[in-house]
Amino acid sequence: MNIITIEYIYYLLGIITAFVAIRVAMNKNHPSRIGSTLFWGIFAFTFLFGKVVPPIAIGYLVLAMVVIAAIGKVKSGDQDETPKEERDKHAERLKGKVFIPALVIPVFTVIGSLTLGKVHFGKVHLVDPAMVTLIALGLATILAYLVAQVLTKAKPAAAGHEGSRLMQAVGWAIILPQMLAALGAIFSKAGVGDVVSKMVGDVLPTNIPFVAVAAYCIGMALFTVIMGNAFAAFAVITGGIGLPLIVHMHGGNPAIMAAIGMFAGYCGTLMTPMAANFNIVPAMLLDLKDKNAVIKAQLPIALILLVINILLMYFLVYNF
Amino acid sequence: MIKLIGILIVAVGFGFRLNTLLVVMAAGVVTGLVSGMSFNEVMAQFGQVFIDNRYMSLPIILSLPVIGLLERHGLKERAEVLIKKAKGATAGKVLMSYMLIRELSASLGLNIGGHPQTVRPLVAPMAEGAATAKHGELPEEVKDDIKAHAAASENVGWFFGEDIFIATGAILLMKGYYDSVGMQVGVWDMALWGIPTALCAFFLSYWRFKRMDKRIERAMTKKKNSKIA
Repeated sequence: MNIITIEYIYYLLGIITAFVAIRVAMNKNHPSRIGSTLFWGIFAFTFLFGKVVPPIAIGYLVLAMVVIAAIGKVKSGDQDETPKEERDKHAERLKGKVFIPALVIPVFTVIGSLTLGKVHFGKVHLVDPAMVTLIALGLATILAYLVAQVLTKAKPAAAGHEGSRLMQAVGWAIILPQMLAALGAIFSKAGVGDVVSKMVGDVLPTNIPFVAVAAYCIGMALFTVIMGNAFAAFAVITGGIGLPLIVHMHGGNPAIMAAIGMFAGYCGTLMTPMAANFNIVPAMLLDLKDKNAVIKAQLPIALILLVINILLMYFLVYNF
Repeated sequence: MIKLIGILIVAVGFGFRLNTLLVVMAAGVVTGLVSGMSFNEVMAQFGQVFIDNRYMSLPIILSLPVIGLLERHGLKERAEVLIKKAKGATAGKVLMSYMLIRELSASLGLNIGGHPQTVRPLVAPMAEGAATAKHGELPEEVKDDIKAHAAASENVGWFFGEDIFIATGAILLMKGYYDSVGMQVGVWDMALWGIPTALCAFFLSYWRFKRMDKRIERAMTKKKNSKIA
């Protein structure tokens, strides 16, 4: 039994997202009122009722969101950012205090995730221990909102207005991470990974220890680029290349292989638009003109680090 | 082989700059169909995973109203003022410091950061502010360069720090995998062997941020010179 589950936080997300839909619906000057209202409305629905509606219905709703986005009907309506003079005026009044709510989020997320999971009354847990970090983040954000509201003395609608403006600025990319997770699941269900590992094993002379290491690391990076997620790549590539070749054939150390192999996968994460929540959503969030700018900034680090990982693994995995 | 068609669709779709959501969905549907799933099964799979992964959208949706409210009240402007007081601060040094904090705290199991929570409201404006204080008003390309690297400092710091802590998702996933194939591998072994790569990631970023500072310097001198001429 848990008193606070992640489901409650999802209800809150649903309410915030529904608010965006309502704002769009009420905005007579919105460039694509119907499409955007539907998009944000369906997204809100998935948070509010995702647990009770059968997955297939959600699947078709997601399809509807994709179609709306693909025909260009998800647009941003509120462009009215607060003027610079007004922001400067507030900044002058609040001074450093404006940082307090911003710092409340990380600080209380950490405190919450370290403590909340341990609070229980007999068998009844205060929060779901499996989801403690996310719930802590949720509660910290609510606290930060309250502090911000008190400090700024803004109208209650202001936070909703700003949240709606920023979410519309991110636009349809906001569901990209969830979509890519779904694609990854279908890829693994279809056995795409096995085909890739088998191809690598067939084509390369993996009886040479160095080639086995290089194939494993590059396989991790490449498969992560495809899936957008190093975790998904790990089981596939380790099962297909790592264990049979590095550990069983050449007697490598599995702990070293896993540790460095996962990092090779992360090099892939740094390079791929498929890792949308790390690379594409931030580009939207930071108003970058080039949506691949974050990837371009990371590419040199990722490629060099991949080579370093191969060399490190080659020298370490067979010697310890 | 035919199962790889999804990868091809993604590559071609990205290449032709089609709508990413559409490309992803099409790749999923086609891969599902060629592997013997029915259209309804693919939809159900999409629906299920979409619901299971709602947590991915949690940080951004929850933080944006608060961050927006604070930005309306001058959060970015104060971040710039604050950094201007620090003598000798450059955009690269700001990002380096953030990355150091992010990587170290992550390696201790603390997750203090994220693109919506810290990069947009604090780190990017501070880095921009440091460059503005040094060189004056920045052109858009320079601003975008700084912002993109701010996002990179978050990603690199978090990825390569997190894996050194034993109770994180990555280590537990590796442990779970080895357990499932009947192998005993210690979590500490996996965590500690990550340290060399984590150090390399840190120094590589140091080099990249230094280069960014030089790039900004060059762009701004050129701008000044062209103004005089």
